[in-house]
Amino acid sequence: MAEQIIFYILALVIAVFSIMAVTSKKVIRSATYLLFVLLATAGLFLMLNYYYLFAVQVTVYAGGVMILFIMAIFLTHKPGDEFKTKMNWKVKSSAILSVLGLLLSGYIVVANVTRIINYVSGKEMKMQELGVTMMGTEKYQFLLPFEAMSVLLLACIIGAIMIARKEKNNVESNNDLDK
Amino acid sequence: MNYNQPLELTGLVSNLHEFFRDNLSPFWATLVEGALVLLALLTLYAVIALALIYIERKITAFFQSRLGPNRLGKYGVIQSIADMIKILIKEIIHIKEVDKFLFYAAPFFVIVSSMLTFGAIPFGQGLQAVDFNIGIVYVLATSSIGIIGVLLAGWSSNNKYSMLGAMRSGAQFISYELSAGFALMTVVVLSGTMQLSEIVESQRYAWNIFNGHILALIAFIIYLISGHAETNRGPFDLPEAEGELTAGYHTEYSGLQFGFFYLAEYLNMFIIASIATTVFLGGWMPIQIKGWDAFNQIMWYIPSYVWFFGKAGFLVFLSLWVRWTFPRMRIDLLLNLEWKYLLPINLINIIVMVVMVLMGWTLSDWFPALFGN
Repeated sequence: MAEQIIFYILALVIAVFSIMAVTSKKVIRSATYLLFVLLATAGLFLMLNYYYLFAVQVTVYAGGVMILFIMAIFLTHKPGDEFKTKMNWKVKSSAILSVLGLLLSGYIVVANVTRIINYVSGKEMKMQELGVTMMGTEKYQFLLPFEAMSVLLLACIIGAIMIARKEKNNVESNNDLDK
Repeated sequence: MNYNQPLELTGLVSNLHEFFRDNLSPFWATLVEGALVLLALLTLYAVIALALIYIERKITAFFQSRLGPNRLGKYGVIQSIADMIKILIKEIIHIKEVDKFLFYAAPFFVIVSSMLTFGAIPFGQGLQAVDFNIGIVYVLATSSIGIIGVLLAGWSSNNKYSMLGAMRSGAQFISYELSAGFALMTVVVLSGTMQLSEIVESQRYAWNIFNGHILALIAFIIYLISGHAETNRGPFDLPEAEGELTAGYHTEYSGLQFGFFYLAEYLNMFIIASIATTVFLGGWMPIQIKGWDAFNQIMWYIPSYVWFFGKAGFLVFLSLWVRWTFPRMRIDLLLNLEWKYLLPINLINIIVMVVMVLMGWTLSDWFPALFGN
């Protein structure tokens, strides 16, 4: 009974704040509502005993991505101003698109619901199992190359910043020319 | 070997548990126990905050050759209780032109994140509310939500000083969070588990800081520095640099809302100290030497929570010492320290630690008779 009550609370939070995130006129508030949705999703993982996924959801999405979102929004022009409502046909076409998306994902969920029950054992997953899955070399294992790719991406980003930034000496010499 | 532990609370806790199991249905028993645990944690949270505020004021005063609070009660011990009552009955000033929802929600982010982290700390034998198998990752995850509260507070205050303070705080927190995480992961490699209770148990005869000798010591120092920076204190208190930003992100807050930020700041200092204690200094485990049964028995007479608060208190004192010794750093120096020194050292440290554990170069591998579990 307790689990059901908690589930309904979480589901309500997810549903209400998802809608508010889309309908809110201020971009920074949308980001905050999205944060609530992500935290409630983390709560669902906690209910399923997937503690690792819970922690990753909180760290990566709530702690990492949302901070970047909020920082990026701060850097935009007047983030607190209200949006003007878009043109009528844009509203209509996006409504049609979202209904289609809902139908598609609803169909996928309904068609696969029996398989999901098989996967979700509800058992507590050991960290050792997870580590072996990531580092092992058997079938369905070996996530290491995938993780190494992300280091490559990081190197690309840092390289881009290094190329794009102004060299201190150049700036000074430009100033000299100005004089 | 079972030692006599007269002052432990494990008996009391299990008696309470049995009492509720016997007299209530499982649902209500869980509910009542949950409520009691929550009440105990909240009380502990408030009491620790009050004690820390008093201790900090007193120690600061001694560092600066002053007397500190000395009017209320003997040596001014009830000064912070009086301050608490004052802040509780203070008016919350409503400010025009702020984003109301975000402005009032921001303090809750900060306090909830610090409370969630606080709940997972093992305070003593059997005194841990939740014991996740991902303990350390959980602690890192929940403590990273707080910064969102700081950013939102800075932005929604509609004040450029608050905004600048929040941006600085954000940059600082994200940078030092990396180092703190890597330093803790070094220890995860050493002890082979993330569960806080198992980490404490594995340090029975050799604390991690000794077991991993030089590498663990490096990780410990890096964790203390980055933890100190994460809590916006000491030489790293740029977000609230009062000379240039009035008070940083909480300039516009008054009454209990300011109290929330204040409380969370002090508790975060304690949380950093207690995680460092748990992970590096053996947690609530008393000092024990293999084979010296009489000595170990004497050590066990001191209850585990006293050991825990003793070790954590020592680390809090270290943090205060640093705070009142070094002048405030500039923002570029602060970010240089993290990105050019701490992070590379940390990355190399963790790889060397992996090699060390694989080759069996830890103290418990070298001297299993003395330090092995």
